[in-house]
Amino acid sequence: MSAQPHPLAAPPRVALWHNPKLRSLVYQLAALALILWVGVEFALNAKANLEAQKIATGFGFLENTAGFGVNQSLIDYREADSYGRVFLVGLLNTLLVAALGIVFATVIGFAVGIARLSSNFMVSRLAGAYVEVIRNQPLLFQILFWYLAVLGALPGPRQSIGLGLQPAVQGLADLFASLQRFGVPAVVADVTRLGADWIGPPSIYLNNRGMVLPEPVVHAGSGLVLAAALAGLAVLIAVRFWAKRRQAATGQQFPLLAAGLLLVIGLPLVVFLALGAPLGFERPVLRGFNFASGIRVIPELVALLIALSTYTAAFIAEIVRAGIAAVPRGQSEAAAALGLRRGRALRLIVIPQAMRVIVPPLTSQYLNLTKNSSLAVGIGYPDLFAVFAGTALNQTGQAIEILGITMAVYLVISLLTSAAMNLYNARVTMRGR
Amino acid sequence: MQRAVFLLVAALAMTAQAAVAQTLKTVKERGTLICGVSQGLPGFSNPDDKGNWTGLDVDLCRAIAAAIFNDPSKVKFTGLSAKDRFTALQSGEIDVLSRNSTWTLSRDSSLGLNFAGVNYYDGQGFMVRKALKVNSALELNGASVCTQTGTTTELNLADYFRAHKMKYEVTAFATADETVKAYDSGRCDVFTTDVSQLYAEKLKLANQNDHVILPEIISKEPLGPVVRHGDDQWLDIVKWTLFAMINAEELGISQKTLDEAMKSEKPDVRRFVGTEGNYGEQLGLTKDWAVRIVRHVGNYGESFDRNVGAGSRLGIARGLNNLWNNGGIQYAPPIR
Repeated sequence: MSAQPHPLAAPPRVALWHNPKLRSLVYQLAALALILWVGVEFALNAKANLEAQKIATGFGFLENTAGFGVNQSLIDYREADSYGRVFLVGLLNTLLVAALGIVFATVIGFAVGIARLSSNFMVSRLAGAYVEVIRNQPLLFQILFWYLAVLGALPGPRQSIGLGLQPAVQGLADLFASLQRFGVPAVVADVTRLGADWIGPPSIYLNNRGMVLPEPVVHAGSGLVLAAALAGLAVLIAVRFWAKRRQAATGQQFPLLAAGLLLVIGLPLVVFLALGAPLGFERPVLRGFNFASGIRVIPELVALLIALSTYTAAFIAEIVRAGIAAVPRGQSEAAAALGLRRGRALRLIVIPQAMRVIVPPLTSQYLNLTKNSSLAVGIGYPDLFAVFAGTALNQTGQAIEILGITMAVYLVISLLTSAAMNLYNARVTMRGR
Repeated sequence: MQRAVFLLVAALAMTAQAAVAQTLKTVKERGTLICGVSQGLPGFSNPDDKGNWTGLDVDLCRAIAAAIFNDPSKVKFTGLSAKDRFTALQSGEIDVLSRNSTWTLSRDSSLGLNFAGVNYYDGQGFMVRKALKVNSALELNGASVCTQTGTTTELNLADYFRAHKMKYEVTAFATADETVKAYDSGRCDVFTTDVSQLYAEKLKLANQNDHVILPEIISKEPLGPVVRHGDDQWLDIVKWTLFAMINAEELGISQKTLDEAMKSEKPDVRRFVGTEGNYGEQLGLTKDWAVRIVRHVGNYGESFDRNVGAGSRLGIARGLNNLWNNGGIQYAPPIR
């Protein structure tokens, strides 16, 4: 018998400082303490320096009167409101442009990404050209391009371009008039022109101060229309649930699209008409320097939105293409073998599998878009960065507090976006069956 | 923005000793004065095609350099937007800010800065297109206004329209150039800033003659040099450099008459040129500090005429900026 210990017996006792678990714990604690110490030292030092230079500190400024105007505000804002309110105005403006941008970028991005895979030479090359041209230009340049070169070139308020039904019908009348020498009777043009006059002046105007839309005038009872729409939506969700279960059980399909249209559009429309159309639109009227009534969409928002969504869409298109390409060919072939048409195969087989690849990088694009929206400062769109970390910072001089708040806000927005996307990702990941 | 972050880092990392800064010593050791100016405002601080800066604000920086180094070229100019200017000074990136900045209570107190004097008495005005046929600022109800962000202009504008119960829409840009470009492209009906700046920026417009400056002056805008809190000696040097230029004009000492003045028997002139007393040394400079200023830069009147007054493209009248004994309010305490 040998005196060798059994290999599986308890290991020999080692000194405490040689214990790997304890060691790594000590190292990690030391690193944490170092980071905390540096942080505390920075904070104390900053406080001492600011006090020595008698620069105001603290968050009391948020209650002070701001005293400056802001171009676009989703909530009621006046010059006499506080810096705290300015913060809210800026935050909402950032959220507005980010939310709209994400929607548009996703729609354009998916369309272009799928188009790039099209077997039609023209379509796929056009989509490819879009991606390469847009993706490879600096974003700030694109924002300035849309703002100065495109929107800046529009005429002034008094020469506004009218949009809508009336200009279209008027254009048609002009066309008929010019076709007279080809035998189109003059009465056609005249009747069309009468039609244009009957429609009245255009309700949407475009000029270098932005776009003016008709303002909705809400009469009593319009709440019922909204309630009908919401009720329709609730019923639709229930029907969809029932239809899915029935299809799983019996294989019978239910015309969900038609039911959906009926419930969400039809039902409120019936209520709307039954109540005698309780919602009207007030046409914008030109008075003084600009349109006095109507909803104004400032050109800064339009330029920023177009630039952000087209730019991000170029990246999303590539992500979508990669995602679809990642689904093995066998999957679509199997779908075809089962007799699924191309559209259905794409919707039921390819896209759900592609989503697993698409969603994580898509999240980063959403985050990029949100953060890139701070380039608004280049064209004077009043987002959080421009009005709060810009104007408010300058008027109060409290750089540390304001930058701290701004950083925290962008962090929170990004983390929330990530969390929502992770939740969605968890839903679309393939589960082992 | 990068300056705001710079301040953040600077404030976090600065040693507490930096608070008791010795700017004069730092400037002497470095061998140049770092002066914050505008990014290009004709008459006040504007670089030519060779990168030489000229203007009323630039002259003040050159005068400080002349007083310290006897060489007006030992200045490095840093162009700053209205938004960045105070942060650049707070963070120690520049030694003095001479950038058409309005002296206000909050800037003097909560920003941790000190205004050293007033080198130009200004007021805010409005510029519009002649085609609008507007004759008074009171006819601007509903107008769209372009202005620069981070300025007193932005606040005065809000006050003025609020006081007169008029509506307006303001679009605020980060730099003066963006603001002027937006106005020129028709984004706004009105461009508002200090009147001196309106004259200067008008020179940059596509068709200068299509624009008119309205008669109303809606605010007091005393513009002057700024330094950080916590260095009284440096505040004195900047303050008295400006006072020396104004006193020189009052005493009739100019670049041309300087040599005569050196031989003058008049007591106040003798104190100015340093043949009597040691006033420059009391400031931490040399006895001939004021002579250096006038020799290299000239007196206040010469600088005014050359840059913004009758001898310049702007042709602005002296008005409020005349000496106190000549109908204006420029007045400097005596050197004694």
